[in-house]
Amino acid sequence: MAHDTTLSDAHAEHEHHELPTVFGFWVYLMTDCIIFGSLFAVFAVLRNQFAGGPTGKELFELSGLALETALLLVSSITYGFGMIAAHKGEIKSVQMWLGVTFLLGLGFVFLELKEFSHMIAEGAGPDRSAFLSAFFTLVSTHGLHVSCGLVWIIVMIVQLSGVTAINERTMNKLTMLSLFWHFLDIVWICVFTYVYLASMI
Amino acid sequence: MLGRLSFADIPLDVPILVGTFLGVAVMGIAVLGLVTYYGKWGYLWKEWLTSVDHKRLAVMYVVVALLALVRGFADAIMMRTQLALAYAGNPGYLPPHHYDQIFSAHGTIMIFFMAMAFMTALFNFVVPLQIGARDVAFPFLNNLSFWMTAVAFALVNVSLFIGEFSQCGWLAYPPLSETQFSPGVGVDYYIWAIQISGVGTLLTGVNFFVTIVKMRAPGMTWMKMPVFTWTAFCSSVLIMVSFPVLTVAVALLGLDRYFGMHFFTNDGGGNQMLYLNMIWAWGHPEVYILVIPAFGVFSEVVPAFSRKPLFGYATMVYATCAIMVLSFVVWVHHFFTMGAGADVNAFFGIATMIISIPTGVKLFNWLFTMYKGRVEFHATMYWAIGFMITFTIGGMTGVMMAIPAADFVLHNSLFLIAHFHNVIIGGVYFGYICGMNFWFPKVFGFKLNEAWGKRAFWCWFVGFYFAFVPLYVLGFEGMTRRLNHYDNAQWHPWLLIAEVGAVMIMFGIVCQVTQLYVSVRDMKLAENRDETGDPWNARSLEWSTSSPPPPYNFAIVPHVHELDAFMHDKENGIDTRQAGGPYQPIHMPKNTVAGFFVGAFSFVLGFAAIWYIWWLAVIALVGIFATVIARSANQDVDYYIPAEEVARIENEHTRKLMAQAAE
Amino acid sequence: MSTDHSAHGGSSHGSAGSYVIGFVLAVILTAAAFMVVMGHSLSPSATLTTIAALAAVQVVVHLVFFLHMNTTSEQAWNNKVFLFTLGFVVILIVGTLFIMGNTAAHMMSR
Repeated sequence: MAHDTTLSDAHAEHEHHELPTVFGFWVYLMTDCIIFGSLFAVFAVLRNQFAGGPTGKELFELSGLALETALLLVSSITYGFGMIAAHKGEIKSVQMWLGVTFLLGLGFVFLELKEFSHMIAEGAGPDRSAFLSAFFTLVSTHGLHVSCGLVWIIVMIVQLSGVTAINERTMNKLTMLSLFWHFLDIVWICVFTYVYLASMI
Repeated sequence: MLGRLSFADIPLDVPILVGTFLGVAVMGIAVLGLVTYYGKWGYLWKEWLTSVDHKRLAVMYVVVALLALVRGFADAIMMRTQLALAYAGNPGYLPPHHYDQIFSAHGTIMIFFMAMAFMTALFNFVVPLQIGARDVAFPFLNNLSFWMTAVAFALVNVSLFIGEFSQCGWLAYPPLSETQFSPGVGVDYYIWAIQISGVGTLLTGVNFFVTIVKMRAPGMTWMKMPVFTWTAFCSSVLIMVSFPVLTVAVALLGLDRYFGMHFFTNDGGGNQMLYLNMIWAWGHPEVYILVIPAFGVFSEVVPAFSRKPLFGYATMVYATCAIMVLSFVVWVHHFFTMGAGADVNAFFGIATMIISIPTGVKLFNWLFTMYKGRVEFHATMYWAIGFMITFTIGGMTGVMMAIPAADFVLHNSLFLIAHFHNVIIGGVYFGYICGMNFWFPKVFGFKLNEAWGKRAFWCWFVGFYFAFVPLYVLGFEGMTRRLNHYDNAQWHPWLLIAEVGAVMIMFGIVCQVTQLYVSVRDMKLAENRDETGDPWNARSLEWSTSSPPPPYNFAIVPHVHELDAFMHDKENGIDTRQAGGPYQPIHMPKNTVAGFFVGAFSFVLGFAAIWYIWWLAVIALVGIFATVIARSANQDVDYYIPAEEVARIENEHTRKLMAQAAE
Repeated sequence: MSTDHSAHGGSSHGSAGSYVIGFVLAVILTAAAFMVVMGHSLSPSATLTTIAALAAVQVVVHLVFFLHMNTTSEQAWNNKVFLFTLGFVVILIVGTLFIMGNTAAHMMSR
């Protein structure tokens, strides 16, 4: 392994500080993964601490969850199509797919906020019990990441509208956003399985 | 308008704080005045504060670390003085409210802003040079990391004069740190300082991990990598996996406090023990984050001053990696008394004891490196030898405490305090100061004064034993940590001895400051200059550059053939620098103001959130986002140093080398 | 500057076909998990095991088809970092449950 690292280093001697951008972002994502891992650990410990309040089974609705999941899954493939367009250099098409992804992500965040406000209105807010604190924190940390992703998508769309060709730096950014977006999907798989579905059994 | 901040929050009624404030203000105005008088603001801003050069960032980190050392030590000697006085009815001079803030601030500052900043400084300076790189992988993030650390330290110090600091110890255990028992702003200062500096540290970890994985010079395979770089690598890995856990633990405490959640509260199904579990899942790796680079420093210093290669390079590497992995599975030994059963405690106790094996391997490696070597008893080497003695004792008391049954007696007693100061002063601090003496000429081009270095060492070394051996005894006598006053006549003489030790350590710090002063005063003297870039006849690549190194480090990226690359080249008559070229233009990152602004906005965000000034917090948050987006849109981030300029700098150094060789 | 080496050093890119395959698999796995839970046909523990297994498979599907993880040599470090992270997360979660569960049992706190 060290062998090919050094080869590519030598190859890119002039610009070697640009080289590992995407790898660095991947490493950062792994630290994010540990944040979610910690939150899952906390949720696992506190998942039955209802303190006399409502349980997950009473609160969660599978139809809304299915819709949220569907939006995120579709947004994954639309982002994928955006990346394919980017590799072909079709800037307009990239912007279109990013826009579609943005709308789907926005729909997800909207549904999540609706669910939260509904729960809080019922008196099942994050201050009701340890279970609900853990639930709200874990799910909204994911939602916050999605929201940051949405801001990032907008920034990318705007930045792309000023260029005639996708240079390496822009391509790197699109690739990193792609990793980020698909990574949030993976987190969501764990959320809907271990937080929602497991509470419904 | 100002949230819960009011004029009453400025502690004008505490003379110690008012005096400190006046002192800090006078010194601050003096420094600002001097900078203005000499017209250096532009230079300071353009060349230092906005710099992305890892060598300059290293110097700025050391400045932060030394300021933190002074602040943290002032806290320490105040505590020792209080305990020397507050005996048999005498309340001492520090009331509990103030005393509790002092011990909390002491721990927080020493770990997060002294040790972490010093360690990051060593990473910054040494790692890119040792692996033959021109900078780190992400120079901008490196600058950002520095500012996050610096503003977090500033936030802790602001708490001295506006409001209060946490009174819950350096880890702010709930339920004491919950709103119910700590309604003030102290814990909020703690939370925001930790979170802001945590972002900086995490980015540092990612940065150095990627740098070491991807940017080593051609030919430098993993097993030809200098040991310090190996330890920086392992330490970065530990930062990457453990700091997110700290972020979560402290964030959840913050959610409890800000939104009335129930993670760690007494009611609502909360579980304080979960906080202990989470915080120590970070906290144990953290102590290895600090000490592993110190091991790396000794692994560079001992061979250089023994005139021998390091004994057992491969075992040193494996031992480092073993310690890294084992440090994940020992965290319960910080709370054996929490109430888990014998199975949990036995597992984690045994895992803890196993760590002493790779650590022992390292000690023997250093001893065998010195064995039959031509050991030069330089001030740098004093710290290394002092470390071996002190750290071994600290390690042994650690193994004692790893026995759960013994820990039930010793837990949270002064024995524990003595143990971890034994490993952190004897291991981490001695290591970093050793590294500072070793690499100083590389940073500035002149050596540190040796006589004052030795005086500093002796004060620290002897002072350490006077200050902490009594604490071992007091632990056995049942004295717990964080006591404000006591009546036990048996304890009093030991606490007086400990006070003497603290004063000796104070002289050690005075000697270190004097060492810096004398060295700067005599920097022009020929015997202090380092013209060759290799003052110790050392072994790794950083010594092949000029002192201080040029901005681009290596005009031509060196080719590594063997372990101890530079020594191998010297012995085989290979010119590592490839002097004479041909040189090519060198691609460099431009300095940037973005890191400074993100740091400044983070400071405002933290301060506003602590005092519930929500409009200001929103402005600061928007500021952070705007700065990051503006930075990402900026296309003008790099430049080229022309080949003629490179040739001029390199030829100048070659001329100096020739002149030295001719003498 | 070598575009092949650097721009995609972190991940290779897939074709429309691979995205569609991944998407279809993901939809099937998600739907299966929902149906297992809504059908109530299995015992609680069997349901939990099934959805956990389905989630694990779906995570792999996403990693391969959307994040384009593979075993080529330029991906080696991405994979190493990923596996190491996974290992630590497992230690953290299993360790936390072990410690907290054991403590709760001994302290009779829950």
